[in-house]
Amino acid sequence: MEEKVIICKELTKKFGDFIAVDKISFEVNKGEIFGFLGANGAGKTTAMRMLCGLSFPSSGEASVAGFNVYRQQQYIKRNIGYMSQKFSLYEDLTILENIRFFGGVYGVPAKEIKRRSNSLVEKLGLQSEAKKKVGDLPLGWKQKLAFSVAIFHQPKIVFLDEPTGGVDPVTRRQFWDMIYEAAASGITIFVTTHYMDEAEYCNRITVMVDGKIEALDTPQNLKKQFAVKSIDDVFYQLARGAKRSAD
Amino acid sequence: MRVLRYILQKEFLQIFRDKSILAMMFVMPTIQLIIIPLAMNFDVKDINIAIVDNDHSSLSQKLVTKVGASGYFRYINAGTSYQKALPYIENGAADMIMEIPAGFERNLVREGIQKIAISVDGINGTKAALGAGYLNSVIADFNKNLQLNIIAITKQPAAQPVIDITFSNWYNPLSEYKYYIVPGVLVLLLTLIGGFISALNIVKEKEAGTIEQINVTPVKKWEFIAGKMVPFWVIGMIVFTLGLIVTWAVYGIFPEGSFGVLYLFAAVYLVALLGFGLLISTYSANQLQAMFIAFFFMMIFMLMSGLFTSVESMPAWAGAIAHLTPITHFIKVVRMIVLKGSDLGDIKTEFFYMILFAVVLNGWAIWNYKKTT
Repeated sequence: MEEKVIICKELTKKFGDFIAVDKISFEVNKGEIFGFLGANGAGKTTAMRMLCGLSFPSSGEASVAGFNVYRQQQYIKRNIGYMSQKFSLYEDLTILENIRFFGGVYGVPAKEIKRRSNSLVEKLGLQSEAKKKVGDLPLGWKQKLAFSVAIFHQPKIVFLDEPTGGVDPVTRRQFWDMIYEAAASGITIFVTTHYMDEAEYCNRITVMVDGKIEALDTPQNLKKQFAVKSIDDVFYQLARGAKRSAD
Repeated sequence: MRVLRYILQKEFLQIFRDKSILAMMFVMPTIQLIIIPLAMNFDVKDINIAIVDNDHSSLSQKLVTKVGASGYFRYINAGTSYQKALPYIENGAADMIMEIPAGFERNLVREGIQKIAISVDGINGTKAALGAGYLNSVIADFNKNLQLNIIAITKQPAAQPVIDITFSNWYNPLSEYKYYIVPGVLVLLLTLIGGFISALNIVKEKEAGTIEQINVTPVKKWEFIAGKMVPFWVIGMIVFTLGLIVTWAVYGIFPEGSFGVLYLFAAVYLVALLGFGLLISTYSANQLQAMFIAFFFMMIFMLMSGLFTSVESMPAWAGAIAHLTPITHFIKVVRMIVLKGSDLGDIKTEFFYMILFAVVLNGWAIWNYKKTT
């Protein structure tokens, strides 16, 4: 039996009368690339924030890396990486300073920070930019850097919230190469997106509509199940029924 | 502790990256401390006085000369009657009118009593009260000499027992305004700088979205708040030191009491103040909100802290508010240490008060900063 790193049972989040996430249940295996699809406002980010320990669920159960999302957020946070929709490295710090800070607060030893940041900068080809402020980098590089920082402390799971928004196709492709590489090293990837071609890269995908999970399987099986050629069509069939207007 | 070191390193890097803000934090209070006390002078001089002399006698001339010689007044030529002089008050050219009635000298010599009329422009309350007060004392002095004058004229010994009051101002012998105001302004400037930079800081991370990245790390809440606090505390202590240097170099005021006590109190005060700023920051959603909230409280601090007015003479409710603001206690203590030479024993009530402020405000800020919502 495969190791489950995320277990979710009827997880719900309400904001007043509004049910943002409605009793979602799923499990994610170790080393898997797990895609979370849905229109804007479907509840993807809210679900992800609960799993990251940024938001208390209203009801339901969930554990991440073996820790409870109600009581053990501190332990969860030690074992995950997170990259939000909004670029959130310090723009007034340099690449190396950002890496050192985030590596430091996750408890990576100083020597290790130095070694890993050198190899990281080399891998990203940012040697000449390493001492420049992050705010001056082009968006595509920023995103790649943000992802690298999110997995710098070698977490068990990394949560990516629409990581490729606004990025050109070539960079997106490179970005997904990085995701594959991270998955190959044993990091579980939990990624939300609304690029349907990206969905095809995932091992399994779920489609969220109006806070509920409407489909969950491998891309191949889903296409078979809905008798369509692409995930795009799967998504269209499911999302067509959505009541919530996109924000 | 190791995590805190990384946070501090990052905070210091960010502060030192923006050189212009850094310079402003030190230069602005220094310049203001040099300028503001010079302008905030409550000693009233050059009161414009219109004198209507209807008597034209030697005694009335003497009184007019005496008023002029006091140094506080400046004559305004406002005509020969009260009616003519009144428009000068109305248009602001004169602050007061003194009308000497006809028969002034005759009545004084014959009956020993004579009233004169003083009309004061009451719009500027301070100037009116002080001006009337000065004029009263000039006339009282004139009265005293009058006895001698009359005695000289009539050759009659008139021994009237008089209680003569002499008094001395302790801690500020010349009753100079600067001794009172400069230490207070120093505290105020320190409060403004510390209050605003701390109030705007966490909320800046909220706006940039970087706080979310912090919230998803295992950084503890107290580590985050302490990481924000320490760099501003260091800056605050430097600003305070600069202020003391200006106080000494420009105004010649050197603390009578010990520097140890002064710095000990300043250290605790800054923790309380910065805790308050960070508290505002945790409650605000953006920098504009934080700015307005900080501004609201800074105005209260400025006007209710006993900097300009005495806390003891405020209405009870206002006094209660004044005592609930940390700055009130710091202003009081700085004045006590700098002017009076008070030691730790004299200020221990304020000191414990301040520790309480520091603990409550920072505890509140840590409590209100939520990593999970």
